[in-house]
Amino acid sequence: MKVAISVNGSQVGADVEDRTLLVHFIRDVAGLTATNTGCDTSSCGACTVLLDGRSVKSCTVLAAQADGHEVTTVEGLAPGPDQMHPVQRAFRAEHALQCGFCTPGMVMAAVSLLAENPSPTEEEIRSALEGNLCRCTGYHNIVRAVLAAASERGGS
Amino acid sequence: MIPAPFTYRRAATVDEAVTLAARGGEDVKFLAGGHSLLPLMKLRLVVPPELVDIGGIGELSHISEADGHVRVGALATHDQVAGSALLRRELPLLAHAAGRVGDPQVRHRGTIGGSLAHADPAADLPAVALALGATLVTRGPSGTREIAAGDFFTGLFETVLEPGELLAEIRFPKAGPSGWSFQKFTKRGIDWAIVGVAVAGDRVALVNMGPTPLRARAVEDALASGAAPDEAAARAAEGTSAPEDLNGSRAYREHLARVLVGRALGEARSRR
Repeated sequence: MKVAISVNGSQVGADVEDRTLLVHFIRDVAGLTATNTGCDTSSCGACTVLLDGRSVKSCTVLAAQADGHEVTTVEGLAPGPDQMHPVQRAFRAEHALQCGFCTPGMVMAAVSLLAENPSPTEEEIRSALEGNLCRCTGYHNIVRAVLAAASERGGS
Repeated sequence: MIPAPFTYRRAATVDEAVTLAARGGEDVKFLAGGHSLLPLMKLRLVVPPELVDIGGIGELSHISEADGHVRVGALATHDQVAGSALLRRELPLLAHAAGRVGDPQVRHRGTIGGSLAHADPAADLPAVALALGATLVTRGPSGTREIAAGDFFTGLFETVLEPGELLAEIRFPKAGPSGWSFQKFTKRGIDWAIVGVAVAGDRVALVNMGPTPLRARAVEDALASGAAPDEAAARAAEGTSAPEDLNGSRAYREHLARVLVGRALGEARSRR
């Protein structure tokens, strides 16, 4: 079927198989490969992107379901070249990653959280990241980074 | 992992969804948020030839009050249900439990109707619907039906829904000032309940203690005849047939049911 999805503000149209998953559309059709396929069973959160501004696991959404909607991937966060989104900056400053595989999804989950709750508590952050698994960091620096990003963006 | 090939169709209205499903035959599946169906399709445990996407039907995501009831459209997401001021006021058990389904990403996509129609005995909301005495309103080729939650679930992933019949709305009687509690025991936050308990007033419902969500009748009867909460909770496993799997044996689940019902009754009492 023909689908047209706004990916990071650009219209991406293609004729794809009906069963195409959004994560494959993003990686193979739009050519944006920061979004990872991890568990492929909606458990790990590595494929998290924003769909109409809210976090979703793109391995469990059909491209057809996103037809006519807006997708944001981690490549679409920074306001310009050589710039970073506050959450990206905080992840770097707080050393919130080691291998980096979960990071694109983790950043998008954090961006979605801060859009809904600009000044989350540590407990709220831990709860909001339940759908994103990290096998390196033990999560502490990730939580610190989200707290730092919230405070940089004017939260408490 | 990708699903086996299927034909995708999109419905803009309930009538169109019912028409498309009838035309497609009895193996057609409705697709809402897809968070129960798509994982099963990726594992090829379900291989529908055709999906009718109802996700864009605007008339099915309402949350409103009418005649002492609260009406929740089948497409209301867990996130919408959890955040609804009306539900937090009138049916705090439902709002709270919806906020504990899966994780934020799942709650952004998963719907209350999908959770009920999928009828996974480990899912939270079917037991909540039982505890709250919900009525499920369906639309199908032969018209509209109103089905009590207690009559809806017939077996493992099975309901009384006929092929092509769409769950459209869930109606909840307002709970009034009765105590409530929702207890869910998981190893990780995002997991399905190993055992869960929903208490609303004098109704007690269990998650994952049999092939369907079920009322803990022995507990309810004990409470009705004046038993103390601890005494009633001791009967939580009576009449259940809990599954055995890698998360626990039947005996372990029966123990959890007694413990969680005890906690739930205590918490519900404190909220009266």
